[in-house]
Amino acid sequence: MEPILQIQNLTTRFTTKRGDLTAVDGVDLHINPGETLGVVGESGCGKSVTALSILQLLPRPIARIAGGSILFKGQNLVTAPLPVIRNIRGNQISMIFQEPMTSLNPVYTVGFQIMEPLRKHRSMKKAAARQEAAGLLDLVGIPEPRSRLDDYPHQLSGGMRQRVMIAMALACRPDLMIADEPTTALDVTIQAQILELMKQLQKEIGMAVMLITHDLGVVAETCHRVVVMYAGKMVESADVNVLFSRPAHPYTRGLFDSLPKRGCTGPLPTIKGAVPSLLNLPPGCAFQDRCDAASARCRQTPPWQEVAEGHGVRCWHPLEVSP
Amino acid sequence: MTLGYISKRLFHLALIMFGVSVVVFLMLRMIPGDPAQLLLGEFASPEELARLREQLGLNQSLFTQFWIYISNIVQGDMGHSIRTNAPVTGEIWVRLIATLELSLAAMCIATFFGIAAGVMSAVKQHSLWDYGAMFMALVGVSMPIFWLGLMLIYLFAVKFPLLPMMGRISLGLEVPDVTGLMVVDAVVAGSWQSFVSALKHLLLPAFTLATIPMAIVARITRSAMLEVLNMDYVRTARAKGMTELVVIFRHALRNAFLPVVTVLGLNLGLLLGGAVLTETIFSWPGLGRYVVDSLSGRDYAAVQGCILVFALLMAVINLAVDLIYVVLDPRIRVNE
Repeated sequence: MEPILQIQNLTTRFTTKRGDLTAVDGVDLHINPGETLGVVGESGCGKSVTALSILQLLPRPIARIAGGSILFKGQNLVTAPLPVIRNIRGNQISMIFQEPMTSLNPVYTVGFQIMEPLRKHRSMKKAAARQEAAGLLDLVGIPEPRSRLDDYPHQLSGGMRQRVMIAMALACRPDLMIADEPTTALDVTIQAQILELMKQLQKEIGMAVMLITHDLGVVAETCHRVVVMYAGKMVESADVNVLFSRPAHPYTRGLFDSLPKRGCTGPLPTIKGAVPSLLNLPPGCAFQDRCDAASARCRQTPPWQEVAEGHGVRCWHPLEVSP
Repeated sequence: MTLGYISKRLFHLALIMFGVSVVVFLMLRMIPGDPAQLLLGEFASPEELARLREQLGLNQSLFTQFWIYISNIVQGDMGHSIRTNAPVTGEIWVRLIATLELSLAAMCIATFFGIAAGVMSAVKQHSLWDYGAMFMALVGVSMPIFWLGLMLIYLFAVKFPLLPMMGRISLGLEVPDVTGLMVVDAVVAGSWQSFVSALKHLLLPAFTLATIPMAIVARITRSAMLEVLNMDYVRTARAKGMTELVVIFRHALRNAFLPVVTVLGLNLGLLLGGAVLTETIFSWPGLGRYVVDSLSGRDYAAVQGCILVFALLMAVINLAVDLIYVVLDPRIRVNE
């Protein structure tokens, strides 16, 4: 199957007062049509920056794509001119963000904001766009959609606002939806509702989803494949079942070990140490100072290797994965 | 926006105006000594003093005096000027319109160029344009108005005689008085020549008066826009595929307007009351000069009238600013 999005060797750099830093360092990943890809990692590991790089929404002028390519339906988004990107944004690739409270414009009605992409990308007349927007609100499970269209964002709860964001992202029936921590700011019960909704809509519309999260529970429930990132680099990539049963990278293993388990008493295991600053990375593997398996070899950058079919890892000492 | 809210605010306005009237009334009466003596000077004869006391109602009780004063004001009678012996209300009205024309023209210039410069600076932050515009804004707020006015006259009226240096319209060009605003009246009269002349007369003083507010508006717009441009909803707008123009003007600027409107309101109030220098330099027959002349001529009725008019203008501008808030920001509507 031809992937719908293929990222190759993507490198994104930030210029800061204390020097340049590489937020995304040589990321290679692809998303197949209709698939959900999870991108997991701690804050600052480069997962959001990867997502923003795809639609060229990086904060300017401090961030820039320094290398690599992002192929969407055969077109390289890194070199595409801005008008072309604008035609893809909100149309073929849409995005929802972590903070539903601040992601909607407070001075316009939700109806107006949902109608915007419809009127731009689908050239719809006002009445038709309004009709469509009401249908979208209904689709994302907002009761009385017609009267809700005239509400302002502050009149809705956080969960409702995230539903509005999803409705807006779905407006033009995109091929790919990028969801950057869509449930992090929500209550646990609302979280489950939103994830369930996204899953169901994905099936209905047949779009691919790139789900960025730090929550392994969310990954287990919704994703087909998972990419684990650490300090700007991809460290492991596998099918969700493979990753959860046979993690190959010591970091991935550490993440699973630090999850609370049923019937387990005593303190939770943690990964020792802290994430190194991107401004001051050790040579070689960025995880070496926190890794029990580290050796002198880890001073050199480990290559990407396939430990099994569709299961890749960037480590000199991958854990035993044979079933 | 509800009608109830507006009527509540209008009631507050009436209350404020009543308070101001009381203060203005007591001001004259609190001054030590005899108001009649004060008004007529130390060489007045006893007969003259008695006549004036009778005329001003000073022989009656304070309460009766206040009643007469308030009922006169409500009927639009603010007394007679001791310099011209004409009714103060009429004198103030004519000058108020002239001042309004000048201030509104200045506000239009300040709003348009101030916002445009501020938006450009914020969008192109740290660019040459940004530094240039902010430097000009600094120069604008620090420039002494009388100096700027004189320089403009020298440059555009003397050195290169493009614009007139004083008055409101060229001699010999009369327009029928409909609104009192020369430019508008010229349009009403359908006289292109008068319109151009009135506009030309307005240009230099309006620009002089606009300098400071324009600089303030530019700086406020810049900082408000810088804040708003970093908001999540601006990123959302970009993620929807909106063009930069739509992102900046529809999504960002509308949110940055609140602080700008506040500053515009405050400055309009200042312009209406404080255009003395500009009006003096350009011989503009406005209210600022009238107050100064009345003060130096000890024309108490005129001064009283001016204070009342200024207070009313300030209160009305404040009300307008608050109503504009409600229109601009839906979040304010629920808290009414």
